[in-house]
Amino acid sequence: MNIYLSLIYLLATVTFIYGLKLLGHPETAKRGNQIAASGMALAIAGTILLHGLEVSGFVYGLIGGAILIGAIIGYVIAVKVKMTKMPELVSLFNGFGGASAALIGLVEFGQNTGNTNQTITILAAIAIGSLTFSGSMIAWAKLNGTLWKDIRLPKYNLINNILLLAIIAYAVYMVISGSSGFAFALILLFGGLIYGVLLVIPIGGADMPVVISLLNSLTGIAAAITGILYDNMVMLAGGILVGSAGLILTYAMCEAMNRSLVNVMFGAFGGTEVSGGEQHTQTQGTIKKASVSDVAILMNYAQRVIFVPGYGLAVAQAQHAIHELEQLLENRGIEVKYAIHPVAGRMPGHMNVLLAETNVEYDKLAEMEDVNPEFQNTDVAFVVGANDVVNPAARNDTSSPIYGMPILDVDHAKQIIVNKRSMNPGYAGIDNELFYNQKTSMLFGDAKAIIQALVTELKGM
Amino acid sequence: MTEIIEFIKNNLELIYILILVIFIGVEVIKHIPAVLHTPLMSGANALSGVVIVGAILVMLNADPENYIALGLGFVAVVLGIINVVGGFAVTNRMLQMFKKKK
Repeated sequence: MNIYLSLIYLLATVTFIYGLKLLGHPETAKRGNQIAASGMALAIAGTILLHGLEVSGFVYGLIGGAILIGAIIGYVIAVKVKMTKMPELVSLFNGFGGASAALIGLVEFGQNTGNTNQTITILAAIAIGSLTFSGSMIAWAKLNGTLWKDIRLPKYNLINNILLLAIIAYAVYMVISGSSGFAFALILLFGGLIYGVLLVIPIGGADMPVVISLLNSLTGIAAAITGILYDNMVMLAGGILVGSAGLILTYAMCEAMNRSLVNVMFGAFGGTEVSGGEQHTQTQGTIKKASVSDVAILMNYAQRVIFVPGYGLAVAQAQHAIHELEQLLENRGIEVKYAIHPVAGRMPGHMNVLLAETNVEYDKLAEMEDVNPEFQNTDVAFVVGANDVVNPAARNDTSSPIYGMPILDVDHAKQIIVNKRSMNPGYAGIDNELFYNQKTSMLFGDAKAIIQALVTELKGM
Repeated sequence: MTEIIEFIKNNLELIYILILVIFIGVEVIKHIPAVLHTPLMSGANALSGVVIVGAILVMLNADPENYIALGLGFVAVVLGIINVVGGFAVTNRMLQMFKKKK
């Protein structure tokens, strides 16, 4: 390989690592992203210009055309997408990366000379690439609302595991027998596609942060495998970095729900088994309702208020309204913070982005561990569209399905206001004793309408 | 067994790199605050678009008469660059929104 190209790849690898490091702090994150992007541009340009192969102008034209078309499509999508649609977008792009790896594998399979190591990497690229692609597309369709049902075939775990074993056995057979027909590779491709669909289709909406992280990690692994195939260090390093990032996020998300990865992938929380089998155990006690003006008065005379937004806030499109409420209270000298549970939203950190979009300063977005000790000094905790992540049963009730899940200690606040549409249980399908707490008042209604009413009420005070 | 030892011997450099990069990845990303999880994920997602380098190599290595290889390579390049450009652009857009109190 051309020594300059090798140096470019080395430089690109360094920009990837350094860029990811800078992404770790809000002040430097933007620069980190730009540095990694320029490294990528360098790697792509270097590959085209310095490869040292005899290539016709026709092929150059095709490559240039492909890059131009894809770059325009990618840019337009990126500029137009709504922040609430971020999880869909990441799934979509992720699927494209996987598909790209699978296609590379397919072409290389046709040109493979029968080297065993090479065959193994090619088959792995095809299988992982195709399952990431179809899995991401299903995740995309689910998040998009096109596919809103969690479809569970009878004994779907068993079917999935058998299929996975069959795919592995088939790939091993291909390696050993040295099968070289294109049809053999296509069968593996379809096997991967079907497995990806079956893997993601039974998984419920609130588990999506785990699924997206995992798929993201798998695309990275697919990229790394193609890197091994070409003995290309920038692909290997880039892919592995993404693979580890995805795995760390997957782990963080599982931990935030106190569930193992196996449980998310194969357990189907809130599925027919759980919500059907378990009759809602009525928690003792009565609920207290509050009116908008009660809550407005309460907030107006508070010193510290913490907002606890859940995905329901985003569904109701109430981000702007809550930011207005925050500013109004801040202007009256009331300290306001947002307490954000790690799994709020449909992808890791999603709620933070949705609030940042409405110009909420990021230092007002408090993480669970930091904000939990502050609840006891808080006058009003305002829960909007969150349920399971504030359920004290996770702390006290060993028989609860969510027992052990880290929660926001909202019940430690002096007064608790919970905004919900109705008394419907949350994702886990269990009752929430917080609603029956002496200190809790329920404020029923659409989040956006209620918060806007609160703002109007407060302005009149 | 001898084949496995042979494989390790031939790919020692690769194995070293693999292990070191896994550690670097974990260490670099471990302490990232939850506020930045979404940009991290979309940024990492853009990085996984590095497969485009492989897709370009597919096209460069393909026989100009081999239309299947060129066609599949073309699609792979388009998908890869959507991943790269879209991923970095949307991450940039998101990070612009993160503001601190003036």
